[in-house]
Amino acid sequence: MIEFKSVSKLYADGTHAVDNFSVVIPSRKTTVFVGSSGCGKTTLLRMINRMVDPTSGAIEIDGENIANTEPVHLRRGIGYVMQNSGLLPHRTVIDNVATVLFLTKVPKVEAYARANELLDTVGLDRSLAKRYPGELSGGQQQRVGVARGLAANPNILLMDEPFGAVDPIVRIDLQAETMRLQRELDKTIVFVTHDIDEAFLLGDQVLILEKGAKIAQRGTPEEILANPASDFVASFIGADRGKRRLTVDSKVKAKGNDVVLIDAGGYAAGVISAPGGKLAVGSASPKSRSVSNKTSQAGDG
Amino acid sequence: MDWVWNNFFTGTDSNVGIWGLTLDHLWLSALPIVLGFVISIPLGYWASHSRVARSILLSVFSILYTLPSIVLLVVVPVTLGLPIISPTNVIVALTIYAIAVMLRSATDAFSSLSQDVVEASRAIGFSPLQRFFRVELPLAGPVLLAGARVVSVSTVSLVTVGSFIGVDSLGNLFREGKSTNFGTEILAGIIAVLIIALVYDSIIVLIGRILLPWNRRASRRSARAAELREVSA
Repeated sequence: MIEFKSVSKLYADGTHAVDNFSVVIPSRKTTVFVGSSGCGKTTLLRMINRMVDPTSGAIEIDGENIANTEPVHLRRGIGYVMQNSGLLPHRTVIDNVATVLFLTKVPKVEAYARANELLDTVGLDRSLAKRYPGELSGGQQQRVGVARGLAANPNILLMDEPFGAVDPIVRIDLQAETMRLQRELDKTIVFVTHDIDEAFLLGDQVLILEKGAKIAQRGTPEEILANPASDFVASFIGADRGKRRLTVDSKVKAKGNDVVLIDAGGYAAGVISAPGGKLAVGSASPKSRSVSNKTSQAGDG
Repeated sequence: MDWVWNNFFTGTDSNVGIWGLTLDHLWLSALPIVLGFVISIPLGYWASHSRVARSILLSVFSILYTLPSIVLLVVVPVTLGLPIISPTNVIVALTIYAIAVMLRSATDAFSSLSQDVVEASRAIGFSPLQRFFRVELPLAGPVLLAGARVVSVSTVSLVTVGSFIGVDSLGNLFREGKSTNFGTEILAGIIAVLIIALVYDSIIVLIGRILLPWNRRASRRSARAAELREVSA
């Protein structure tokens, strides 16, 4: 569990990047910080591994104030995935994945074995191991970045707009991979994005942030969609433009029991099955992402 | 040509022959190149991280660079209290020139590092020292070596000036050839200097190939990678 306790970050020029921010990030769930650029979401993320230290307040991981942990040591125990992968261009793929293991003096043979496994985990062919990052596609580089983040088997994985710079098709692929990994590996993921659709797709808990990292609303995607807390939230998630309010198209006939749904703007948004004229009903926990592990470890609690 | 063979191991005004002068020339130029490189790295790193350091260091060395070499060769022994014909004078003066050129390259090399990569290495747990030696220095390598190649050529040619204050080098051949009006000797000197410059340049290129294998492969295949990105898009 990661806990922000009245955290503020004041920069020398007087801007409050973060103003009195408190939240609990539960273990083994995905928490997404979403907001426009400059809202402080990345600053919040970077506070968790002490890339940025708060001006006041405290951040605790499993009840321990991280200000008491040496930053380099702390960072080696927390996975970090960033936009543009941030891979070391002068190291091969396999060396990049094993970087943190080398830093923590894991024996080479063991480190490479683990790195090879991780390539499998993130769906990369082992034949790419000896390539340099510059020889990979953007999507492949991002996968290497995720593998590197997972190398030390951290309980916490920080992801800073990791899919912001890849094209939409690759992004959908990587989002699906992230959900699969979360299901299989059960990490505490803190994810930063400006894309509300990505936030709703990946987040067990979503925090919509305004300037100064002020929480506009916190909840599950369903809670936020059903009850936007303010005009800002409604506008941010697209509810006010009718993008989220769908109605059945009366003119177009889809096949079988399906009917076509349109948004308030009259644009087609999808289809839904309606046997006998009644809409199908689903439950609001479609992702079943978090299957709890039996053993307890740091990051629990 | 006969003159060259007759004077290869003995002869010329200091009687060490062309070969002896070449050896003098080799170490007189190698030391400033290496010293200039090694000293410029921490200075350049500092300059790339502090605007004040950058403007002070770069202007000081720019001014020193504008001093004519013959002046510097007189000022250095006076400042250091050395005899005027000591080879150390040449080494110190040429090291100053080497730093003047190299410092700019080093500053550029460290300033132009990808901030994404540097930040990422910080985020995944490199300590500041590890970050410098394992990330920043190797990534600055290509630009540093390009600077070293310029320094190497200019230093090899500047060593000849030392002959005019009495420090032996291939410059002796220019001086002697000029005073006796003997063109062959001057030509032999020029060719010998060119050969040294070429050898040093090849050595630096070779060091780059060995230490920075990723650099060649990355640039050769970046076109292909760009193509791959197109396809996957």
